[in-house]
Amino acid sequence: MTMQPDRWLPKLVLSPTLAASLLFVYGFILITVALSFTESRLLPNWEWAGVERYVELFDSERWWTSAINIAIFGTLFIALSMAIGLLIAILLDQKIRGEGFLRAIYLYPMALSFIVSGTAWKWILNPGLGLEKLVQSWGFPNFTFDWLVNPDMAIYTVVIAGVWQSAGFAMALFLAGLRGVDSEIIKAAQVDGASTPTIYRRIIIPTLRPVFFSVTLILAHIAIKSFDLVMALTGGGPGTATDVPAIFMYQFSFSRGQLGLGAASAVMMLMTVIAIMVPLMYAETKSSG
Amino acid sequence: MKLKFVAAAIAASFVAGASYAAEVEVLHWWTSGGEAKSVAELKKMMEAKGHKWKDFAVAGGGGDAAMTALKARVVAGNAPVAAQIKGPSIQEWAQQGVLADISGASDEWDKLLPKVVGDAMKYKGKYVAAPVNVHRVNWLWINQDALNKAGGKAPTNFDEFFALADKFKAAGMTAIAHGGQPWQDATVFESVVLGVGGAKFFNDALVKLDPKAIDSPTMLKSFDTLAKIKTYIDKDAAGRDWNLATAMVMNGKGGMQFMGDWAKGEFTSANKVAGKDYACVPTPGTANAYTFNIDSFAMFKVKDAAVQKGQLDLATAIMSPEFQEVFNLNKGSIPVRSGMSDAKFDACAKKSIVDFNATAKSGGLVPSFAHGMAVPSATQGAIVDVVAKFMNSNMSSKDAVAALVKASRTK
Repeated sequence: MTMQPDRWLPKLVLSPTLAASLLFVYGFILITVALSFTESRLLPNWEWAGVERYVELFDSERWWTSAINIAIFGTLFIALSMAIGLLIAILLDQKIRGEGFLRAIYLYPMALSFIVSGTAWKWILNPGLGLEKLVQSWGFPNFTFDWLVNPDMAIYTVVIAGVWQSAGFAMALFLAGLRGVDSEIIKAAQVDGASTPTIYRRIIIPTLRPVFFSVTLILAHIAIKSFDLVMALTGGGPGTATDVPAIFMYQFSFSRGQLGLGAASAVMMLMTVIAIMVPLMYAETKSSG
Repeated sequence: MKLKFVAAAIAASFVAGASYAAEVEVLHWWTSGGEAKSVAELKKMMEAKGHKWKDFAVAGGGGDAAMTALKARVVAGNAPVAAQIKGPSIQEWAQQGVLADISGASDEWDKLLPKVVGDAMKYKGKYVAAPVNVHRVNWLWINQDALNKAGGKAPTNFDEFFALADKFKAAGMTAIAHGGQPWQDATVFESVVLGVGGAKFFNDALVKLDPKAIDSPTMLKSFDTLAKIKTYIDKDAAGRDWNLATAMVMNGKGGMQFMGDWAKGEFTSANKVAGKDYACVPTPGTANAYTFNIDSFAMFKVKDAAVQKGQLDLATAIMSPEFQEVFNLNKGSIPVRSGMSDAKFDACAKKSIVDFNATAKSGGLVPSFAHGMAVPSATQGAIVDVVAKFMNSNMSSKDAVAALVKASRTK
C-alpha cells in the first residue's frame, strides 16, 4: 500500500522539530531531574545521593527568601498587569480619537528588553539620582522614596518595573478580546436598559474568559523565569533581599559549584509551574470542550 | 566555479587545522583595556618560541561565563591547554583528574614563590598551575585633600579610623564610599576581621573555618565594627559598582574606600597620583598582614606531545621576570615572583611588594576570603550571603555569628 504524499509529508517535515524538542526540552528536563538526585558539584557526577539535595535546598534560608519573593512578585505582577491592562483596554475601547497612537504608546514598553527597562528604572528609583532627588529639589525636602535600597521594599520596585513593561501587552490582548465581543449582544443589553458598567461587568468581562486565561498563562511564565529584570534592577539586592529562584539556580549551579543543588532548585521551579498551570489548563479545556 | 571555491576553502581549512596541531589554546576573561594588553604580551612571548597561540576569551560575569564554557569543554573531553582558574578551584578541578603535572617547568618555583602561594598551585605536591600576579585586597584608599584637612595622618587602627570618618562626615562628605554588592560587602568584612583579629585569627576563622574561631568574641567584635562602618555609608550605596565608589573618593564626595589594588587602575586612568591626590594605606590594624588574591593559569591534561611542550613553555613564560613585570605594570598588581626589580612600579605597588615579601616571612600573608582564595566556592558563597544580609538588614552581631557558624558548615 502506497501512502499519498500529503499524508506522510507533513509528518516528515515536522519530525525534525519534534525530535529536537523531545531531546533539547524534555531530554534536558530529565537530565536536570536526574542531576538533582546526585552528588554533582563542579561537574556532573552520577553518584546517587537520594533526596539529600532537596533537604539542603529546604534548609537554605536563601531558597526561602527566593520562594517568598517569587510569590510576592508573581501575584502582584500578574494581578496588577491584568487589572491595569484591562482598564486601559476598556478605556481605549470607547471609540476615542487617536486610539492607534495611544495603543502604540502603551504597547511599546513590551518592545524593550527587561535589561533596558530594569536599568532605566534603577536610575529612576535610585534615591540619590532619580525620583526622590527630583521631588526634593522641587521643594519637598521631606519626600522619601527609597524602596530600591530598602531591603523590605525592594521586591516591590521589581513589581513596578515589571508591570510597567507588561501591562501594555495585557492591554493588547484584552483589546483584541473586546473587539471580538458580538455587538448584537451589547445592543440587546442596551435596549434592555443596562448601564455601561453593568454591561461590562455582567456581559463583556465574562466573555473575555479565554483571554484572561491566555494572559495569566503568558504572564505567569514571565514571572517565574524572571531573571534579567531583577539582575538589571537590583542585582538580587540589597543583600539577597530580591533574590528569585532563577537567580538562585544560576548562582548555585554555575558560580558556586553546587550543580546538584542548582538542579534541585530548577526542579522545584518546574514543579511550581506545573502545579499552577495544569489545573488552569485542565479547567480551561474542560469548560471550552 | 563557486562550488570549486567552496571545496578549496574546506580543503584549506583542513590543511590549516593539521598544521596548527601544536597550538596552545588559553581560556581567560581578560578582555578589557589593561588586561587585554597584558594577555597580548603573553601571546607575543609564546609566538617568539614558535607556538601558535589560540585565544579562548569569554567575557562577562566575572568569569562565570568562562567557567561555564570551560565545563562544557572539559565534559566533552576537549579541554584547552590552560585556563584562568584560581584559589581552591584549582584543587576542585585537580580532584576531577583533569589537570596536568607541570613539574618540567616548575623546578625552581619553590624558591621563587612564598610557600602559601606555592601550595595553592600544587595538587599532591606537584605544580598544576602557574601564578600570574598578586593583588593585595586589604587596601584603604583615601582622598588626600580631605585627609590633609583632617590632620594628614592615615588611620592605623579602628579608633583612628572612626575618628577620621567622623571628621569626614562633619565636612559633609560620605565618609566611607562603598558599593552595596555582596562581594564588596565581603571585601570590607574580611579586612575588618583581619584588622580586629589579626592574621592568625583570620586564618583560623575564614581559611580553616574553625568553629571555635568563628563562634568567638573576636568575631562578635568584628561584626560590631562592621555595623559601625555601616553607619558611615550613604544609603544610595545599594547595588553601586566598585569603580563608582572609587570615583567618589577621587572627586571628594567620598572620604575613603575599602578595595583591592585594582582600584589603583581607576585613579591612574584619571591621572591621579598616589601621595598627591590619593593615599593608599593598609586597612586599619592590618599593617603587618596581607590578603592576597592571585590569578593563575591551571594546566589541563593534553595528549599531543607538541602541545605538551607548548604547555610547559607557557608555564615558563608566565613565571619569567619579563612577563611578570610587563603584565603587572599593565594590570596594576605586583609580580608573584620574588627577587625582581621594582624600579618601574609606582609608590603603592612598591609598598605592596615590600609588604608581600615581609608578610611571607612573618606569616601575615593570608589568602583573600572574599576573592575566592581561601575556601571552596560553595562555602564562600554561603558566608558571603550572611555578610550581605548583615550589611543590608538590622541583624544583630550575635545572630550574624550564629548564621556564620551554620554557613561555614556548607560543603
